[in-house]
Amino acid sequence: MEYGFTTAAYVVAAVLFILSLGGLSGQESAKRAVWYGIVGMGIAVLATVMGPGAGNWFASLLMLAIGGGIGWVVAQRVKMTEMPQLVAAMHSLVGLAAVFIGFNSEIEMVRVAAMQAANDTAGLAALAGFAAKVAEKTAVEINILKVEVFLGVFIGAITFTGSVVAYGKLAGKVDGAAKKLPGGHMLNAGAAAGSLLMLIIYLQIGSAFALILMTLLAFFIGYHLIMGIGGADMPVVVSMLNSYSGWAAAAIGFSLSNDLMIVVGALVGSSGAILSYIMCKAMNRSFISVILGGFGGTTGPAMEISGEQVAIDTEGVAAALNEADSIIIIPGYGMAVAQAQQTVSELTRKLRAKGKTVRFAIHPVAGRLPGHMNVLLAEAKVPYDIVLEMDEINEDFPTTDVVIVIGSNDIVNPAAQDDPNSPIAGMPVLECWKAKQVFVSKRGQGTGYSGIENPLFFKENTRMFYGDAKKSLDALLPLID
Amino acid sequence: MLRLPAGGKLLKIGAPKEIFEGEARVAMTPDSAKLLQKLGHTCVIEAGAGVKAGFSDKAYADAGVEVAKTATALFKAADVVVKVRGPEPKEAKMLGEGQTLISFFWPAQNEKMLEQMKAQGSTVIAMDMVPRISRAQKMDALSSMANIAGYRAVIEAGNNFGRFFTGQITAAGKVPPAKVLVVGAGVAGLAAIGTATSLGAITYAFDVRPEVAEQIESMGAQFVYLEFDASELPDGAATGGYAAPSTPAFQAKQLAKFLELAPDIDIVITTALIPGRPAPKLWTKEMVAMMKPGSVVVDLAAERGGNCDLTVMDEKVVSDNGVTIIGFTDFPSRMAAQASTLYSNNIRHMLADLTPAKDGVINHNMDDDVIRGATVAHKGEITFPPPPPKVAAIAVQKPKGKVKELTPAERRAKETAEFKLQTRNQIAMLAIGGGLILLAGLFTPASFMSHFIVFVLACFVGFSVIWNVSHSLHTPLMAITNAISSIIILGALLQIGSGSYLVILLAGLSILMAGINIFGGFMVTRRMLAMFQKS
Repeated sequence: MEYGFTTAAYVVAAVLFILSLGGLSGQESAKRAVWYGIVGMGIAVLATVMGPGAGNWFASLLMLAIGGGIGWVVAQRVKMTEMPQLVAAMHSLVGLAAVFIGFNSEIEMVRVAAMQAANDTAGLAALAGFAAKVAEKTAVEINILKVEVFLGVFIGAITFTGSVVAYGKLAGKVDGAAKKLPGGHMLNAGAAAGSLLMLIIYLQIGSAFALILMTLLAFFIGYHLIMGIGGADMPVVVSMLNSYSGWAAAAIGFSLSNDLMIVVGALVGSSGAILSYIMCKAMNRSFISVILGGFGGTTGPAMEISGEQVAIDTEGVAAALNEADSIIIIPGYGMAVAQAQQTVSELTRKLRAKGKTVRFAIHPVAGRLPGHMNVLLAEAKVPYDIVLEMDEINEDFPTTDVVIVIGSNDIVNPAAQDDPNSPIAGMPVLECWKAKQVFVSKRGQGTGYSGIENPLFFKENTRMFYGDAKKSLDALLPLID
Repeated sequence: MLRLPAGGKLLKIGAPKEIFEGEARVAMTPDSAKLLQKLGHTCVIEAGAGVKAGFSDKAYADAGVEVAKTATALFKAADVVVKVRGPEPKEAKMLGEGQTLISFFWPAQNEKMLEQMKAQGSTVIAMDMVPRISRAQKMDALSSMANIAGYRAVIEAGNNFGRFFTGQITAAGKVPPAKVLVVGAGVAGLAAIGTATSLGAITYAFDVRPEVAEQIESMGAQFVYLEFDASELPDGAATGGYAAPSTPAFQAKQLAKFLELAPDIDIVITTALIPGRPAPKLWTKEMVAMMKPGSVVVDLAAERGGNCDLTVMDEKVVSDNGVTIIGFTDFPSRMAAQASTLYSNNIRHMLADLTPAKDGVINHNMDDDVIRGATVAHKGEITFPPPPPKVAAIAVQKPKGKVKELTPAERRAKETAEFKLQTRNQIAMLAIGGGLILLAGLFTPASFMSHFIVFVLACFVGFSVIWNVSHSLHTPLMAITNAISSIIILGALLQIGSGSYLVILLAGLSILMAGINIFGGFMVTRRMLAMFQKS
């Protein structure tokens, strides 16, 4: 096959990828969009395998088949509540692949350089694929190639360890609290400076050792960076890592002079960056401070909370629900943990059958992944047109009879508005306390992920519905008539 | 401790007939007497005390209340005398040592009477001194009386107003709705707002405390906003929720606003009082002159001089241009049955707090914020003014940025400014970005730049596409971008044909990992999207 054909195939694939991302603007078109993505990826892989430069078909297809099989099985088996972990884990794979491919480029460069030095014309002529391209490069181009490889490996390495840590935190295998080694940001800055030094050494001397040392430093940065970010900011972290994996792919694309990789890498990178930005805006945090783990620094003593948490039993909640006309449910991570979405859906169905208005209010950072709650509710067959965003529903709370808060905490914390010293001050929150009555389904009296006391629980119109969300709601269901 | 029941005799609560001219209320009703008896007390009432409020002596007797023939007999028999109005000199003389009086007292204005009480050794609990804390609301007689006054003010206004409150379109013609302005949104003001709106009037309300705007709007009236800085405002919390005197600048704005409103308003109800001061003059002669003939002003502050210039205390006057100005001070008394029921309940709650054990023995606990605050004379000493209560009544108001309604012109100006700023920012960014790229172009070969163009354009496409992604689809977006980012597999595919085994191994592993990603990512996305469904 000729270059022309491959490039044409790449153009088609790139267009399909763009359509695929653009199609996510609505639930219905999204279903089509996935197919665009799948077809695009198929065309890209086929064109590459059949195009110039590829070889070792058997090994390629074998590895692809094995990997595909694993991916297929994992995707089938994973529970929707484990989605955040899965996405984080998959990012780490892209990161690691970027590191490997970068190393390969270096190995090839060294090999080609050795042949050129030995004036091995026969060997040079026999080179195929990537190595052949390297052999044609001028000295300046080789230097640029080195920078590209270096960048690809650097970003890929950060993505890898960062995603592994994020996976650990999301899966609960690593403590979610923000942790930093002594030295904090200075360690990161030092490691980054060290990497820059390695780049200079690598360019001047061309030592592969510098590349390896930099990789280790980048591994450390990725680990330390994500360890320093608290669990509440995980949605931002995941989408940030998503962005990184895109940039890594783009950098590798540069090094391999592959336009499709550049295009797709840039698409993914910029989309992840925008998504992180949207998240940060939703939390009223500065992007920089989230990335650097600046969350949690309070500026003064928190406002004192007066009153007490008043508990309520299942009958009480049921009576209130039976009387209410309009109900808003605010799900949070606690619902995901308790796997209560099916019960919530059932409750919704029953209440709606009685002619009550039931709606869901979703905070942009509810859960551990952007849009996490939407996916869970969709899984439980809650119709998406009653699932509303914060901005759409926040003004309706004063006219709402009952609000049920299921396992969310910080996103309904009035301190964000009332207490300028609160660590979450200024973050937009769901103003559920303006409703006539609020029930909070919660495991115990503890604080939320960010460890902040929530004055909502002490308000006069708030009743605490203690217990595991699923068990409480299961007990509630038969009482709704 | 008060006088203990002598010889096992239970403590007696007595309510005399009010001797103040025109006062129809009574401090004890048959119902409240029954509940007082449950506290272990016995009750006595002066003959005829409840008649004007609609409670006959027989009703009292049936409730187990002893009926005393004369006031003298009652004062002799009762250990605790409950009254509505503060004691007249004649009554004060009859109070003996150790006797307790519970009534409105206004200690700040009645120092002489207070001295006399002290000299006589009587204990006085002033219902007007009950501190404004949540726990004491049930004995807050000022509020319960103000509530009645607010209601009655609207009724009196309606009585003197020649039109409907509500707008009607009838076969006989169209009736415009009445416009009511309530000045001062305390308890009386809010009650007046509620009554006026429920009668169908268009109601406006004004108060110097901007924090009550929400309460006003919740009652169905429109809050009359003034333009001012937050710093010019008095802090409502510092004065226990009562209004404080306002600054001259504020007053000027307020008068200007009222002058603007006056020609349109049919009924004005003023309730503005500042504790311990004469009522502020808010509704001037000019404003009355601007009102339409037949309009009504009800001045609930008449007792303290009135909010309206033309108010005559306890009288109804008609101005030169035919505006009726009502200066009655006995609104609660005009609804004596209702007022007596509420007031006697306030009194009963006070006695319930004084009788914590419900055994008919009064424990005058001076450590209790409510009892301490309301007691103005005790054991031969004047205990007024009380120390500040231990519990702050109302949370301190935090400075709040007031969102100003923008006029269309201002909004347009703001939009233009924003647009200009945006344009400037974008041009600056483009200039800087373009400059940097040109700089890079000087030092890099053409082969790199051709890829770079692709890269930059792809970034732009990514940016513009993602903004449109629906919020609820963010998780599928992440999953699909994750799947797409495994495009890195192309790199591995290009390298696996190499001659070096190490390269082949690493490339193979990369293909494996990217393969997991491709299939896993797309599968998961499909699974997620398949779940979204419309109702």
